[in-house]
Amino acid sequence: MHQFTIAELVKGLRNKDFSSTEVTQHYLDRIARLDSTYNSYITVTNDIALQQAAAADKRLAAGNAPALCGVPIAHKDIFCTTGVRTSCASKMLDKFIAPYNATIVENYLNSGVVMLGKTNMDEFAMGSSNETSWYGPVKNPWAIDCVPGGSSGGSAAAVAAHLAPAATASDTGGSIRQPAALCGLTGIKPTYGRVSRWGMIAFASSLDQAGILSRTAEDAAILLNDMASFDAKDSTCVERDVPDYTADLNKSLKGLRIGVPKEYFGEGLNPQTAKLVEDAIKVYEGLGATIHSVSLPHTHLAVPAYYVIAPAECSANLSRFDGVRYGHRCENPTDLNDLYMRSRSEGFGAEVKRRILVGAYALSAGYYDAYYSKAQKVRRLIKQDFVDAFDSVDVILGPTSPSPAFQFGSKSKDPVAMYLEDIYTIATNLAGLPGLSIPCGLVDNKPVGLQLIGNFFAESQLLNAAHQFQQATNFHQQSAPGIE
Amino acid sequence: MQWETVIGLEVHVQLATKTKIFSGASTAFGAEPNTQACAIDLALPGTLPVVNEQAFRFATMFGLAVNAEIGKRSVFERKNYFYPDLPKGYQTTQLAEPIVGAGFVDLELGEGRSKRVRIHHAHLEEDAGKSLHEDFAGMSGIDLNRAGTPLIEVVTEPDMRSAEEAVAFAKKLHSIVTSLEICDGDMSQGSMRFDVNISVRPKGQEKLGTRTETKNLNSFKFMEEAIALEVERQIDVLEDGGKIRQETRLYNGDTKKARSMRSKEDSNDYRYFPCPDLLPVILDDAYIESVRAQMPELPEAKRARFVEQYGLSSYDAGQITMDKFAAVFFEASTKISGEAKLTANWIMADLGAYLNRTEQRIDQSPITPELLAGLVLRVKDGTLSSKIAKQVFEAMCNGEGDADTIIDTKGLKQVSDTGALEKIIDDILAANAPQVEGYRAAPEDKRAKMLGFFVGQAMKASKGQANPQVLNELLVKKLNG
Repeated sequence: MHQFTIAELVKGLRNKDFSSTEVTQHYLDRIARLDSTYNSYITVTNDIALQQAAAADKRLAAGNAPALCGVPIAHKDIFCTTGVRTSCASKMLDKFIAPYNATIVENYLNSGVVMLGKTNMDEFAMGSSNETSWYGPVKNPWAIDCVPGGSSGGSAAAVAAHLAPAATASDTGGSIRQPAALCGLTGIKPTYGRVSRWGMIAFASSLDQAGILSRTAEDAAILLNDMASFDAKDSTCVERDVPDYTADLNKSLKGLRIGVPKEYFGEGLNPQTAKLVEDAIKVYEGLGATIHSVSLPHTHLAVPAYYVIAPAECSANLSRFDGVRYGHRCENPTDLNDLYMRSRSEGFGAEVKRRILVGAYALSAGYYDAYYSKAQKVRRLIKQDFVDAFDSVDVILGPTSPSPAFQFGSKSKDPVAMYLEDIYTIATNLAGLPGLSIPCGLVDNKPVGLQLIGNFFAESQLLNAAHQFQQATNFHQQSAPGIE
Repeated sequence: MQWETVIGLEVHVQLATKTKIFSGASTAFGAEPNTQACAIDLALPGTLPVVNEQAFRFATMFGLAVNAEIGKRSVFERKNYFYPDLPKGYQTTQLAEPIVGAGFVDLELGEGRSKRVRIHHAHLEEDAGKSLHEDFAGMSGIDLNRAGTPLIEVVTEPDMRSAEEAVAFAKKLHSIVTSLEICDGDMSQGSMRFDVNISVRPKGQEKLGTRTETKNLNSFKFMEEAIALEVERQIDVLEDGGKIRQETRLYNGDTKKARSMRSKEDSNDYRYFPCPDLLPVILDDAYIESVRAQMPELPEAKRARFVEQYGLSSYDAGQITMDKFAAVFFEASTKISGEAKLTANWIMADLGAYLNRTEQRIDQSPITPELLAGLVLRVKDGTLSSKIAKQVFEAMCNGEGDADTIIDTKGLKQVSDTGALEKIIDDILAANAPQVEGYRAAPEDKRAKMLGFFVGQAMKASKGQANPQVLNELLVKKLNG
């Protein structure tokens, strides 16, 4: 049953081939049996899942249930869930239970989607390897000594290990696409403003965007239909109709103009990864797309600009975790300063502290112009690069990350090496564009991701291009060794 | 040496919106602590701000009222600092692109003097909560009901040269925001709070002296006192050869003393940056004009109208229109009595004194416009002398009913009946024969003065109820034989 895609689950539930309770129980059993190996969940919501499944079965029996009714998924532990701990993988929020649902959680609840649990992640979504979680690292189902990528590593590992048919995730600089690449999954980060940020714990507000990790592009399209909505509670959410993202999946790619940025194939790219991406380009040519070389001249500035803007925003976003109203508070504070310093020192991990410090520094008097202002100017140039490129092409194609999954500890001591993991994904967030990653082959038995970047609100086109690739290839159907 | 005082103000005006600037929680004052703070106000993780349109409408009205340029694009920024009553660890405020740009307010200072005070800008921001340091046995209590209440912070240029000017500006600002109904003006509840920047310099010197900031003054009286005290302190320091330290000071209205709170050197680096959760707010001309069209009458216009419509003097009209509620009271009462001038006099004199004494606001006065009109009508028709009217007013203040009831129960009707008065006069003249003799022997020009004695006696005999005009006429007639 855990082999089924979301599309297959939807069909099976509707045909009464199985009940939501059966599917849900099956996944809960697998999680109980196998997740000690992967550590992909922080919280498994057995009772809630079964209650929701029972309710979904009633709706299904009554007819007129929404498409996704009864389908179980996992939520990244960055999304607030009423009555269930939302930790953001931080000791700071180990005991935090929100009195509200994130809008995307609410949207799925309304559709009758069942929540299996909350998945592991890098602490406050800061990391590219899932090694910064307070609940311990997540293992990559493809190679147990390797990272699953981050920050949505728990969501990726859970889907790759078939401990959830799909999972929600979030992406600030590549946190959906890079784990998708490293775990052999489809991962989509929609256009900034397409999906509500209400109830998603903020890392860098101007970059954060919720999205999906699934096995196929078709599944991503089905799930995005319910995730995306206009939400008046998020001022940056764009008021724009949500199309049916499955409508264009089967459109022919004949005449699709694919741009390949030369800057994405330079130094630092694993040659075997490059080879697989070039093979993928040939597949697209075979599907009738035309390939064009494009230039994104400010690509090399994306990582430096990002590591000013994201920490700057996070330094303020994380100020609310002060030990005063909720979250971790140190024992017996002697005075206010002691309360602040020890609560935050004890509650945050090293990477979070590093970014808060970097951000506070970049915003401080005398450095603001040199760092924050300059980074914002660079951000505009990067966005303009894409705007110019999209004058002549429909989709931009490249690698998702420079190399396949790496071993635990191999980059965690070198922040810059870790930051370069997101060298191909970060620019998309800076520009606010949608991007997705799909599997395009294996290197040393580890998956490699192909990235597609679309124009603003061109999710349908991206999903169409991804789905057509998956119709022509079977990379997305490969499972990690040992996962039956 | 002759010193010149230089004053600039920063005024926090709480906007009278129903809900907070970034959340749907109520802004009502006085609720149980922390009952009017929602998840957004508490800064729970994942919550997001949404701007309150009403706050922008109010800020725009204010900008138009002080002749300012309205910021067609305004941007919220985060001002970062840690304090327990600041839930997010930053205050959302405006800095580089505020809603209200440069403007001005004209003051009339009496005796024909006037003054223009320039407004540097005014910006929208959220209020913090309150830290309560008493009653918690060595700990502090936090009440976040106020957190997120919309404020405009009005920043003036250093244009004021005395406490008198600063207070006149503060009062004018108060009258503008209450007339616009964008602030309830209740200073005792913190609806308007004044930070006063003060420096002194030798008269004639152009360069400004080092300034101090006295924070959070919440009455005109305290403001006046605090300025006087600080000016005196600075002059003392300078005349003793000392230097003024740039610092923030607190004035205690109870002890009449001020103290230093922190010096400039300990000041925070607030690390301002644009708030990524809020988009720039763009206002177009049509919006601004729609706000202008809906603005209530401003004090200036009302004053002119009162002179024109009611025949009040410019000064009286200015006094009455200074307080929006006084103007409302005046118009309501005059409508009934038809006596504008008398009504204005009563409001400015006896009613004003009574409200001051009992610390009541005119819009909550137990003497209603109807009650005052009842009294004015009895003065107008001669039933009451002005002296007796004061007695009736006092009785009204004591809750003894309306003017007619009091006149009836106390028998205070003015006696104009010549028969009754002649009887009183005859008795007095008979009882004071020597004085009558003296009067009749005196030359014409001395007589007027001597008449006072007989008027006094007759008034006394009539228990003050004699109509003075009738009494005078009768007395003169009888004395002259």
